[in-house]
Amino acid sequence: MNRAEIIETTKRFLSEEFEVDIVAIQAESNMHKTLDLDSLDYVDLVVVIEENLGFKPTSDDFKSVQTFNEFYDLAEHKLAMA
Amino acid sequence: MEHRVVITGIGLYSCLGENTNIVLDSLRNGKSGIIYDQSRKEFGYRSCLTGFVPEPDLKPFLSRRERIGMHEPAMFAYMSTREAMAQAKLDVDFLEKTETGIIFGNDSTAGAVINTIDKVRERKDTALIGSGDIFQNMNCTVNMNLSTIYKLKGINMSLSAACASGSHAIGMGYLLIKQGLQDRVICGGAQEINLYAMASFDGLGAFSINQEDPTKASRPFDKDRDGLVPSGGSATVIIESLDSALKRNVPILGEIVGYGFSSNGDHISNPNFDGQFRSLNMALKQADIDPSAVDYVNAHATSTPVGDTTEAQAIHSVFGGKVPVSSTKSMTGHECWMAGASEIAYSLLMMQNDFIAPNINFANPDEDSAKINIVPEYKEQNIDCFLSNSFGFGGTNSSLIIKKFIK
Repeated sequence: MNRAEIIETTKRFLSEEFEVDIVAIQAESNMHKTLDLDSLDYVDLVVVIEENLGFKPTSDDFKSVQTFNEFYDLAEHKLAMA
Repeated sequence: MEHRVVITGIGLYSCLGENTNIVLDSLRNGKSGIIYDQSRKEFGYRSCLTGFVPEPDLKPFLSRRERIGMHEPAMFAYMSTREAMAQAKLDVDFLEKTETGIIFGNDSTAGAVINTIDKVRERKDTALIGSGDIFQNMNCTVNMNLSTIYKLKGINMSLSAACASGSHAIGMGYLLIKQGLQDRVICGGAQEINLYAMASFDGLGAFSINQEDPTKASRPFDKDRDGLVPSGGSATVIIESLDSALKRNVPILGEIVGYGFSSNGDHISNPNFDGQFRSLNMALKQADIDPSAVDYVNAHATSTPVGDTTEAQAIHSVFGGKVPVSSTKSMTGHECWMAGASEIAYSLLMMQNDFIAPNINFANPDEDSAKINIVPEYKEQNIDCFLSNSFGFGGTNSSLIIKKFIK
C-alpha cells in the first residue's frame, strides 16, 4: 500500500468508524481532537487500524502521533517494516 | 410513611408491534407475532418457531459511543424506554437533576457473548475485540447503557429471575418507592431473540413443534398444546410515587397495589402449585383486597402441558372459576425475561381501553383449564383491577396487582 492509498483508506475507515466528516480529516489536523477520542476509543482505533491497514499500533505509537500526517508516516513505516 | 406507587409511562418493542399503538391493535384483533425461522432449522433447532422483532436502527437517536455497547437486549430496551419516557414526560434535563432509578429484568446476553468469543477465536488477540463488547456481554447491559444515556442518578441494576425477571423488576421498584427510597424507577424487561439465545432451551424439547401454522403453535390452556414458542423484545414500565406524579402533573395509567413473590424450593424446571398459590395470596394480602375484586387475570401460561395445568389449578384455588383469564403468550409466544413487564403493559392497555385480549388458539379445554374462565375471543369489559402472574425456572414466582387510579 503506497502513501496515497494509506491516506485514502485511513480517511474512509476513520470517518465511518468515528462518524466524523471526511473533510475534517486534514493532514495537519490533530488526530485525537478531530476524532474526539476518549480512553475507550483508542481500543477501537487499534481494531480498525489492524483491520484496514494490517498493523497493530501500540499506546506509545499513539503518544508519538499528533497530526494525521504523522499517522500516515507511522503507517508507512510500519508497513515497510512488515 | 408508605407511599402510593403509580404507573406513568409504558413502552413496548414487541412482536405484536414496535410501539404501544400497534400493540393495542394486535391485542384487540388477536394477532399473533409468531413466525417460522428457517435459520433455526439449519442451526440444529428442534423447533423453528419464534416471535420476531427487527433490529432497530438507533443511529438517528444515539451517538456512536452510546450505541457501541448495545446488543439486542439494550437496543430493544432503548426503544421501549424511549416511548415510555415520552408518555411519562421525562427527559434527560429533568432526569439529570433528580433521583430516578432503573431496575430492568434481563437474564442473558448469549448473542453478544458468542459474537465476542468468535472474534477472539478467529483473531487470537483480545486487543482486537473492541471496546463495546464488554458492555454488550454483561447481563446488566440494559441498565448500564440506559443509565448512561439518560443520566440516571438513582438505583441502577438489572434483575435476573428467569421468566419472572420483568415482573420482579417492577415489584422491586414498587417496594423502593413504597418505602420512600426512590421517587421514580424505570422498570422493565428485555429479551434477546437471536439464534444463540434459545438453543439450549430448545434442547430441552420444551418448544412447540406445531410448525405448519406458526400462529397456531402457542395455545396456552388448550388441550392440544405441545410446548411454548420463544419470543422477545422489550417492555418498559415507568413507576413513581403518587406525590411525584401529581407534582409533575402527568397522566396516571394505574396504581400498583400488590406484589407477591415466592420460591418453590423444589425442582429446577417443573412448576409447583404451592409456590404459585403462595405468590398469588401474598399479592392479594398486600393489596388488601378480596379475590373477587380482581376483574382479570393475565396468566403466565406458556403453552406447556405441565405449566398451564399447574397455573390453572392455582388460579382456580384462589379465585374460583369466574374471573376472566387469558394468556397473551398465545399471541406473543413466551417473551421470557421480558414477559413479566410486557404483560403488565398489555394488561394496562386492556384496562385503559375496556377489553380483554383473547387467549387465541384456545379451542378445547383440558380437565384443569375447563374449571377456569378462559377468554378465547376479544371481549369488551371494564377492568378496575387486574393481576399478572410470572413464573420462572428455579421456581421463582411473582404476582403483581394493578388497579385503576382513583384519587
